Formats: sequence, C-alpha cells, structure tokens
Amino acid sequence: MTRDERPLAAVPRWVWFSLALALAAQIAWQIARPQTPRAASDLPPPPAPGMLRLASFGEPAAAARLAMLYLQSFDLRAGNDIPYRDLDYRRLIGWLRAILAIDPRSQYPLFAAARIYAENPDPRKARAALEFVYQEFLKDPNRRWRWLAHAALLAKYRLKDLPLALRYATAIERLTTAPDVPLWAKQMRVFILEDMDELQAAKVMLGGLLASGQIKDPAELRFLKQHLEQLEARIKARNARREAE
Amino acid sequence: MHAAILARFVVLEARRSGLPWLVAASIAAGLGLAAFLSQVAVTESLELQTAIVAALLRACGVFLVAAQVVTSTQRERDDKGLELMLSLPLSRSAYYLGRLAGFAACGAVVAACFALPLLLWSPPQAVLLWALSLGAETALMAAAAMFFSVVLVQLVPAAAATAGMYLLARSIGAIQAIAGGPLAEPSLPQQLARWSVDAVGLLLPRLDSVTRTDWLIYGSPALGAYGAALAGLALYALLLVAAGLFDFHRRNL
Repeated sequence: MTRDERPLAAVPRWVWFSLALALAAQIAWQIARPQTPRAASDLPPPPAPGMLRLASFGEPAAAARLAMLYLQSFDLRAGNDIPYRDLDYRRLIGWLRAILAIDPRSQYPLFAAARIYAENPDPRKARAALEFVYQEFLKDPNRRWRWLAHAALLAKYRLKDLPLALRYATAIERLTTAPDVPLWAKQMRVFILEDMDELQAAKVMLGGLLASGQIKDPAELRFLKQHLEQLEARIKARNARREAE
Repeated sequence: MHAAILARFVVLEARRSGLPWLVAASIAAGLGLAAFLSQVAVTESLELQTAIVAALLRACGVFLVAAQVVTSTQRERDDKGLELMLSLPLSRSAYYLGRLAGFAACGAVVAACFALPLLLWSPPQAVLLWALSLGAETALMAAAAMFFSVVLVQLVPAAAATAGMYLLARSIGAIQAIAGGPLAEPSLPQQLARWSVDAVGLLLPRLDSVTRTDWLIYGSPALGAYGAALAGLALYALLLVAAGLFDFHRRNL
C-alpha cells in the first residue's frame, strides 16, 4: 500500500460482492459457450494476393506462414477420422496460390498440397492438389522439384495413374537445371516408363543418362549399368516371345 | 553539449518509466507465441518461429518507442518543463534535437534487445542487419512521433497520426501495386485514384523495404539494396526533423 491508496477495508461490501459476482459470471459464460471448431464449409473464398500482401503490412514471410496455420485449421477437428475430406478444393487451392504468391520462397504451401491435401481419398481432389503442385513447379523448377517428385510418387502408387506420374517425372527431368537436384529425381522417368512397359524408351533414356557423364558415383554407375543390361535382356526376351507367337 | 545532456535525461526517463519491463514482456510474449505456433506447424517450424517473433518484435519496438515519445512530450508540456527549459540559455533547436537524439538512442537499445532472441534461429550477420534496420526504423518513428506531438499538441491525435503514418508507410507498396494492377479499369476515376495513391507514396517512407523478416529466413539482403533502403529512411527522418523544427520555432509558447 502506498500513500496514494486507501486500505482494502475502505472498499464497500457491495463493491466486493459485485466484483466477485461479475468475475464468476464471466467465467461461467465462457465455460458455457459452445466451442464450435471450424468446419470445411466455413472456409471463405481466397483473397487476392494483392489484398493478402496489403494485410501483411510489409511482413509477407510472417503473414504467409500465419495464413497457412489458419488454412490448415479448417476441417481438422478432434475425432475427424479423415481430415480435409470435405474441403472445397477450389477455394483451398486459391488460398494456397495466394499464400505462395506473397512469399514465393516458402515451401509450406507446396508441402501442404503434396503431403497433406493430396492425400485426400477423393481422387478428384487429390488430382487438383497435385495439379496445383505441378503448375507452381513450372514457375520455379529448381526450388520446387521435390514436391513434384512426391506428386509423381502419389500419382503412381496411390492414384495408379502412370501417364500422370510420367508427366510429372518428365517435367522434373526436363526443367530442373540446378546441380543439387539429385539423380534419383531425374531418373524417375526411367522407372515409370518401365512400369508402363515402355522398355525401349526407358532403355534409350537410361543409356543417354549414362552416356552424358552426369553420374559420378561408382556404385550408382554400376547399379544403373546393371539395370540397363536387365532392360536389354527383357527387351530381347519380349522380342523373342513375340516372334515365337 | 546541451543537446547531449538532454538526450541523457530522455534515456534516463525511459529507463525509469518501465520501458525495460515492457521490452522484456514483449520478448517473452514473442517467444511464447512462437513456441505455441510452432507446435501447430507441420513444416518450416523454425522459419515460422523466426517470422512470428521478428514481425511481433518489430511492431512492438516501434510502438513502444513512439508511445514513449508521445507521452514524454505530453508530460514535458503539462509539467511546464518545456517553458522551464526554454527559459534557460538553450536554443529551441538544441532542445528539440537533444530530446530526439535521446529517443533515437532508446530505439537503438530496444532494437538491440529485440535482436538477441532472433540469434536462436538466424545467422548473426542477418540478425545484425535486421537490428540496424530496426534501430533506424525506430529512430524514424521517434522523429515522426515527436513531429506530430509538437504539431498536434494533444496526446490522442498525435498517437493516432503516428500510428496511421506507420501503417500507411508499411502498406503503401501493396496499395500502389493494387492501384496499378492489370485488372484495374483504364477509366478517368481509376487514373485519378492511381495518381492520388502515387502522390501519397511520394510523401511516405518505404517501411515495407526495411527490417524485413525474409532477411532472417532466406539470407541477408544485397548490401546495395540494404544501403539504399536505409538511406531512404535517413532522408525521410531528416525531412521530419526539419518540419518539426520549423513548427517548433514558429510556435508561440
């Protein structure tokens, strides 16, 4: 207590009572208020990138990440066995595109599209998410290739759509130029062609890759040479089978 | 010499007025918020923490320094300290510049304190550039707050004008981009609106190009661009000081 304050006893009882009552009422009100998580249908239309940039007050990196946290909170309530199943993917992709536009170097929107939203059991929605990754990959292939590589794997194993996987793998092979893009990503196309029984094309591509001298690691070189030999053997066996028929 | 003494008193006043506690509380709030949000993030959690803490501390730094300037100037006027000072052999310019130097020094200390937690996630060089930029930004806003306090006299209008100028200066780049976007109609009202926005842009500093969070996340800026951005701030601070001195000399106390 300082000289500017009177003792607590100076406060009238009715004021004490009112304070305690108001505090208790406030707490009770907040406890009784139903906590409704945001449903899929609550996702608002995406903002224009310019508006999002305006709302960021010159902090696009922070705003992009906060917007991602906001976006991922929709349709992710406890007890939701398949999250994001009911989201409107047109709106969702609009949001992802706007967020990526204000911070193009962030990997968060592409990670979310490839690893979270593309896992949707509805193949149309999964394809929409993968297509978003592909479209955004085209704008900056050397930085965004890993998400398209994941998309190619999803297209191959989950959607069982080999032509789609081949399209993504071809884009990675043709458009990436950075030295840090690993060869496995560039070689995806060979294995997808093989799965499509396009053995001749796979052989030509693998032979070209070996002849280009890009592969320096001896173990990798040995493995790919063996693979090329196996491919040639398979082609020979197939041709012999066809002749016999 | 007189100005240096006044600057020292301003720093002393800030130290005794609870500013250090508010700085500590801002750092604690930033770290707490970042720790919470990083738990919800599914990727880039370190970048998220850096971005949130840097953005929050930047806003807090500018707010604390501007609020300190506005309230201190108001108190000086209410307590008749201004009249007392000017009755001494002290020029108006020395009084104004001395106090401003003190506020700028407070801003530099606040910027240094706010940069320390960012060393947890970002390289020291990027943090150093960020801190220098924040120091310059707080000095500029101290000059703006002092200018508005002298011109508008009352506390609330001065604080509101300072906040309005700050928010506008941080968003003017985005506003200009929207006004000049390819989807805008090429009509006369649209052209007028665009020219008005461009005219407002000419009278504001570009605060969206300084103290950027992406320096901390994606690496230090090019030194040429960095220097140009800080030079822009220095130029605008000079303009504010000149305008403030002009009004202060004209005022009949």
